[in-house]
Amino acid sequence: MTPQGFAVFAEVLRAGSGLAIGPDKLYLLETRLAPILRAEALRDLDALALLLKGGGRPALTRAVVEAMTTNESSFFRDTTPFTHVRTQALPALHAARPAGAKLRLWSAAASTGQEAYSLAMILHDLRPLLAGREVEIVGTDLAREVLARAREGLYSQFEVQRGLPVAMLLKHFRKEGEMWRLAEALRGMVRFQEANLLGDLRPLGRFDLIFCRNVLIYFDPPTKARALEAIARQLAPDGRLYLGGAETVLGVTDRFAPVPGDRGVYALAGASAAAELVRA
Amino acid sequence: MARLLVVDDSKVVRKVARRILEGQGFTVTEVGDGAAALAACRAALPDCVLLDWNMPVMNGIEFLKALRAEFGPDRPTVVFCTTENDLDRISEAITLGAQEFIMKPFDEAILLGKLAEVGIA
Ligand SMILES: C[S@@+](CC[C@H](N)C(=O)[O-])C[C@H]1O[C@@H](n2cnc3c(N)ncnc32)[C@H](O)[C@@H]1O
Repeated sequence: MTPQGFAVFAEVLRAGSGLAIGPDKLYLLETRLAPILRAEALRDLDALALLLKGGGRPALTRAVVEAMTTNESSFFRDTTPFTHVRTQALPALHAARPAGAKLRLWSAAASTGQEAYSLAMILHDLRPLLAGREVEIVGTDLAREVLARAREGLYSQFEVQRGLPVAMLLKHFRKEGEMWRLAEALRGMVRFQEANLLGDLRPLGRFDLIFCRNVLIYFDPPTKARALEAIARQLAPDGRLYLGGAETVLGVTDRFAPVPGDRGVYALAGASAAAELVRA
Repeated sequence: MARLLVVDDSKVVRKVARRILEGQGFTVTEVGDGAAALAACRAALPDCVLLDWNMPVMNGIEFLKALRAEFGPDRPTVVFCTTENDLDRISEAITLGAQEFIMKPFDEAILLGKLAEVGIA
């Protein structure tokens, strides 16, 4: 591909999803965009770049941005953030909030739904503690295809064995042919909708717990900062942000501060009094 | 390091499991049926048994019942690893005292993930 062609893709992806790609990722463009080249009967990536240039093909641009997302996910990914939600964050929020106040949880790069549904399973288990308190879970992603899969709640045998304890499988899934379907009750606990972390997040409202895991890792530092600052505006003062194992706010933004002792968990900076409350 | 007993009548499965487990530093013993597994447990109780269901001589469920009757409900940890994948079968295995359940085919991530789940890996 010509350097000019590559520059078009780099800009389309940076603007569309925040994805930062270097020339070493040329192979990724080649493999992931091959279906689009075929569908559009295009000779090569340079021909596609030519169509994208100038922004006159929004649907095609969107398809390219979606095709370049990495949608890898698993239930209870990395375990510890979910243990923190179950044993610390939710009990603390429940104790801190007046009866009747709704709690809101956000899976901000939801992909195929495993993260949001893992939260739903935790809430299901904590029903006795929460004593009828209303909890809303919202899962968002920019990619429509994964959101459709998330809503289906239908997973392969391989997917239900990654991170999902067998007790949870027995409790919440039924077999459908070779696939496993999440129970209606759990699916009904999560609302999936489209949202771009680089767009206007305010319509989503305020959340108590935000999972934004394994997505910032693909952004360049200024884009990371921009997304984190937008997310900060959607987090309740005593809320918590959970990032992926390879992600941090340090050196990126000062809107968040790590919660001491809880790796990957962040509170709004300056909210130390509230932080104490939730840690208690 | 944890000691694992791999019980499967397929040499290939035993070899794959052994390679993954030894790669993690586990000590691995392997046998081809439930009766041999019971004998191995009597000789030296492992920390965890990776257990196939359908095997000659004594199948996995019969072995599990005998194991729990003889050694009690908690030790060793038992993780089924079988082509059985019906909810009823999984439920039966857990009710009889298995801690986890792997549906074949499995890979390294699934095996090590499940062992981590039960506190072995
Ligand atoms: C690797 S998955 C992470 C899934 C889940 N959070 C986890 O940790 O397992 C990353 C997801 O982020 C989505 N994504 C990438 N850029 C995004 C953006 N700018 N806005 C919203 N979602 C985005 C992708 O479509 C993809 O589904």
